[in-house]
Amino acid sequence: MADAPGEGQGEEHVAADLEFRGVSKHYPGQDEPAIEDLSLTVSAGEICVLVGPSGCGKTTAMRLVNRMIEPSGGDILIDGVSVKDRSPSELRRHIGYAIQQVGLFPHASVAENIGTVPRLLGWDKQRISKRVDELLELVSLDPSQTRDRFPAQLSGGQRQRVGVARALAVDPPLLLMDEPFGAIDPINRERLQNEFLRLQGQIRKTVVFVTHDIDEAIKMGDRIAVLKKGGKLAQYAEPAELLTYPADKFVEDFVGSDRALKRLALQRVRDIDLWTVPTVRAGESTSEVQRKLADTDIDIPLLVDERGAPLGWLSARALSGERVQPDFRSDAAPVVDLDDVLRDALSNLLAHATQYAPVVDDQGAVAGVLSMEVVARFLKSASPGDARTGPELAAEESALEPHE
Amino acid sequence: MPGPVRSSRPRNRRSSRTSETDVTTPSAQVELRERTGEDCISNNGFCPEWIVENFDRYVDPFFEHIFLTVVSVGIGFAIAFSLALLAHRLRWTFRPISGVTQVLYTVPSIAAFFLLQPYTGRGNLTAIVALVAYTLFILFANIMTGLDNVSRDVKDAGRGMGLTDRQLLWRVELPLALPEILAGLRIATTTTIGLATLAFFAGGGGLGALIEQQLFFKSNVVVAGGLAVLLAAVFDLLILGLQRIAMPWRRVALA
Repeated sequence: MADAPGEGQGEEHVAADLEFRGVSKHYPGQDEPAIEDLSLTVSAGEICVLVGPSGCGKTTAMRLVNRMIEPSGGDILIDGVSVKDRSPSELRRHIGYAIQQVGLFPHASVAENIGTVPRLLGWDKQRISKRVDELLELVSLDPSQTRDRFPAQLSGGQRQRVGVARALAVDPPLLLMDEPFGAIDPINRERLQNEFLRLQGQIRKTVVFVTHDIDEAIKMGDRIAVLKKGGKLAQYAEPAELLTYPADKFVEDFVGSDRALKRLALQRVRDIDLWTVPTVRAGESTSEVQRKLADTDIDIPLLVDERGAPLGWLSARALSGERVQPDFRSDAAPVVDLDDVLRDALSNLLAHATQYAPVVDDQGAVAGVLSMEVVARFLKSASPGDARTGPELAAEESALEPHE
Repeated sequence: MPGPVRSSRPRNRRSSRTSETDVTTPSAQVELRERTGEDCISNNGFCPEWIVENFDRYVDPFFEHIFLTVVSVGIGFAIAFSLALLAHRLRWTFRPISGVTQVLYTVPSIAAFFLLQPYTGRGNLTAIVALVAYTLFILFANIMTGLDNVSRDVKDAGRGMGLTDRQLLWRVELPLALPEILAGLRIATTTTIGLATLAFFAGGGGLGALIEQQLFFKSNVVVAGGLAVLLAAVFDLLILGLQRIAMPWRRVALA
């Protein structure tokens, strides 16, 4: 074990490349394989989400990485080195491991829990203690209040955070997470997901993340591997691609009939081409306004204040005189922010039963107009004319898999 | 076992009859005995004066009793613990071990004390062998329950972090099984203290010998029996205390 590569060095890695190479897993006495010929590559620093219905082998696939389960065939390489070349316990100490039920040791304090792997690797007490405090801060827990507590004294969310801190203890280049936020209520799950994404922005680990929830997969994943029953890889793609071009009927059904809306959740308003809008100030000459109207996508002038913030849409009567009359206008609401997620912005439009809304930047000045048409155009541009239709996909699916 | 003890005045059979009466008759005590004591004793009653006077005779058997208990439970624990570790590692050994310890547990205790004598002779050895046999089932069953009750997730997390089987056992599984293990120890100790009162059948001494000698003399039975009960209570509290010290995490969990 001591001679195995990487012993005592693992904490210096930043992130590792991970490759599944033709991996399969058959359990004796079972007709269907748990994993069948799985090949995929995860680049260093990426979150790869394994997603699929229960029994699709996603957890099995994850557990093959740290040899909690041994494959029947194929190989898994971490930074080009086969996991089979390292002893299971040595390998596991250099791979972060976080599971749904957290599995904190109930008889050990938070600090002892987090210090488990550092202790196994023979770190000295001072270094462990320093690292524990550092990690607690990283997962937004107050070290002085938390380090000496027992798991039973923590809330579910706090336990989950400690679980993540424990997995990161020796700064492993690779992190395995099995539904880490699965047992948390929706509000806290959302918070933990956001926190983890923020954390990942700092630490940039390679992460294998298992979930059955496609929304979580889309939110967390840089790339998503959709598995179907029998451990077959149905599709491995970036979230947007998965939603736009589901590889087959199974993936299409799995991502859900609202996949267009899900795609909107991946984009922010600033990412798409907005309509240009004629912005007008009170007292401006109407001829000037008419000239602006000719050059813009929308032919309704938007009244703004001195700083450019939207005040309201001007009616035809406002332009009837020589100068713009600011009183003849309708409310500018809803106002959308450039940083809003496209889905939320669209929802805002629908809630106000309106076709378009002004978009403002960080300073509150108008940056353009978001309209239903803009959203539709975006969806269309992301899935150009050759997008396959439902019946075509169904035909393809039945040709490929007559039994399913 | 002699019958006439019943009606005769209680005596310590270990010392000779004559010397005992001679030694214990200073004038003041004679007077006292005449008023209350003698009556009480001849009625086989509960006589505080007699108890105070004769307490010395209980000291040695009391320590014998502690010796029998501690040695039997100690050896029993060592054996049961080893068996439990074996059954934990090699699951198939669980049933045979459980079966054998269970059979040992069902042998009537008095029978065991007599059955063993041809092989182990009269004395402590026989008593201890029999008492050890009785502790095995309780201890083995409790240690196994404790190990089995450790949450799968905790074990999975431990293995997933790279603990070896041995590290998992000593750092995670056994500490978490401690409540059940100590509960087993408490039951085994209390049971052994009770059973050890029969150890005199095997010539093992202990408080039981005194009880049997003067079975109908209330003072004697109360003191000897009381000491056994006291012993059980003290051991129980000791193990409870140990439990609290060893498991701070359980206190907070319940708080």
